[in-house]
Amino acid sequence: MIAERHINWAVIALFLIIPIGALLLDEPFTITLATKAAVLALAAVGLNIALGIGGLVSLGHAVFFGLGGYAMGILAFHAQTYSPLELGPLTIAGTKSMPVIWITAMLVSALIAWIIGLLSVRTTGVYFIMITLAFGQMFFYFSISCSAYGGEDGLSIYVRNGFPGLNTLVPIQFFGLCFALLCIALFIFARLRASAFGLALNASRQTPARVQTVGLNPLRMKLVAFVISGAITGLAGALFADLNRFVSPVMFSWQLSGELIILIIMGGVGRLMGPVIGAGLFVILEHWLGGLTDYWHVWLGAILLGIVLFGRGGVIGFLTGKEGPHV
Amino acid sequence: MSDPVLATRNLMKSFGALKATNDVTIDLRVGEIHAIIGPNGAGKSTLIGLITGNLAPDSGAVDLQGREITRASVEHRAHAGLGRTFQISALAMEDTVLENAVLGALGASGRPWRFWRSVLGDPDLTGRAMAALEQVGLADHRNTVCRELSHGQRRQLEVAVALTLEPKAFLMDEPMAGLGAEGSTTMTGFLDGLRAQAPILLVEHDMDAVFALADRISVLDYGRIIATGTVDEIRTHPDVRSAYLGEDA
Repeated sequence: MIAERHINWAVIALFLIIPIGALLLDEPFTITLATKAAVLALAAVGLNIALGIGGLVSLGHAVFFGLGGYAMGILAFHAQTYSPLELGPLTIAGTKSMPVIWITAMLVSALIAWIIGLLSVRTTGVYFIMITLAFGQMFFYFSISCSAYGGEDGLSIYVRNGFPGLNTLVPIQFFGLCFALLCIALFIFARLRASAFGLALNASRQTPARVQTVGLNPLRMKLVAFVISGAITGLAGALFADLNRFVSPVMFSWQLSGELIILIIMGGVGRLMGPVIGAGLFVILEHWLGGLTDYWHVWLGAILLGIVLFGRGGVIGFLTGKEGPHV
Repeated sequence: MSDPVLATRNLMKSFGALKATNDVTIDLRVGEIHAIIGPNGAGKSTLIGLITGNLAPDSGAVDLQGREITRASVEHRAHAGLGRTFQISALAMEDTVLENAVLGALGASGRPWRFWRSVLGDPDLTGRAMAALEQVGLADHRNTVCRELSHGQRRQLEVAVALTLEPKAFLMDEPMAGLGAEGSTTMTGFLDGLRAQAPILLVEHDMDAVFALADRISVLDYGRIIATGTVDEIRTHPDVRSAYLGEDA
């Protein structure tokens, strides 16, 4: 059996070697695929805080992914059309600056996560799944009907947004940016899990009655986890939109929420690198199986079935021989 | 006699037509173990729920150290000094023994909103947790995952977590449940010493343990307290014999 620590470093190394190798071999598409994997991994690291530590099976995390995407889309749209955004008395100029877009994406996602969380964290099991799904559908249909920003057709952004000191149109530079943010999120996840809050949140998933009995409020723990989780997934949404230079209601779809859960389960629920391995596998399978057959989802389903049936800890659980947390 | 540490006054709780708790007035004094016994369905669980705050009474009051906590939340009661243990161990099974005890210490500290520093690197919390584990004899098992503990060890950890709160009063829901004869003896010896630290309201089915430990016993039947007294008084009480112990006891 392999120690989880070694797996973690191997994954990080692979994530660096593949795009650098692709750069040397002049394969920009591989770099784009790696960037996609990094962004999906970032979104799933966010979800992993709520799902893996807090036990909140959110089938609505695409809300935050989509909000991040539209935060980017709307700000960049107003910048590229030179038309400020009028919100009642408030006039906001658009921007092509990534840091500003990221902060906006995270703040908006955190706020919406707080509202959704207030209404949902007291429910458990299938009710929590249904409430988060319902919120997801609300945002999905709202974005479809919002014709000012493209409605069903989505919104194209012609030039990728800028980051001081970098040329984000160069694939390897944009990958570096996404990968750096992923590493920061992983570091935050690791610290959070080992912190006082992480301990209390982890216990709130396993035995809320106990947490109450020692004088802590498990629902408040879960709510805060949901907000942090939403903010990180929102950031990933902004990056995803920038990767594609396109935002559409698909980013709000429940299929996307499902995919985020699937890739966490594939990698290992509640594990530091679970989402990263899952996202890597997902992108590889999508590209490779997708090249072989249009019905690649069937095979993805079969692989997922195998993982769920034969190893509860996902790929990491299989490699380390240790079962993961139960959600 | 000093004021009681924990007391209920005329507690009432009905579920439909059933009076699960019917005018219950009991108290818990400094240094004592007060056992509550009663046949199945006598209303013990309801009474526990009313004291812990999981249930709200229809009328009556609960006082802890002279302050009314009738409407206080479960969390608030913990901070006010009520330490409870569960009948079925409610531990974080995936966490280690130490982590479970640190959770208690964290609750007592009232500062869970720390997101960055390692919680197991906090000497205040781990010190408090280790002291409790040493007291119940689980210090050597601190790095064992809770799931791998024996049933008896889980009962001990259950008590240790309550100890980290340094409570003013313990409420123990069948701490002997599922323990063998030997485990039961060990736990009895341990609780015997614990009463000096804080009094214990003990809800228990194990009559040997109750008779060995209790300073006073209250008997619950159909939601009412039918008798309160010393072990000898309860043993010989005619109503108790018919209601609970059977004629042979």
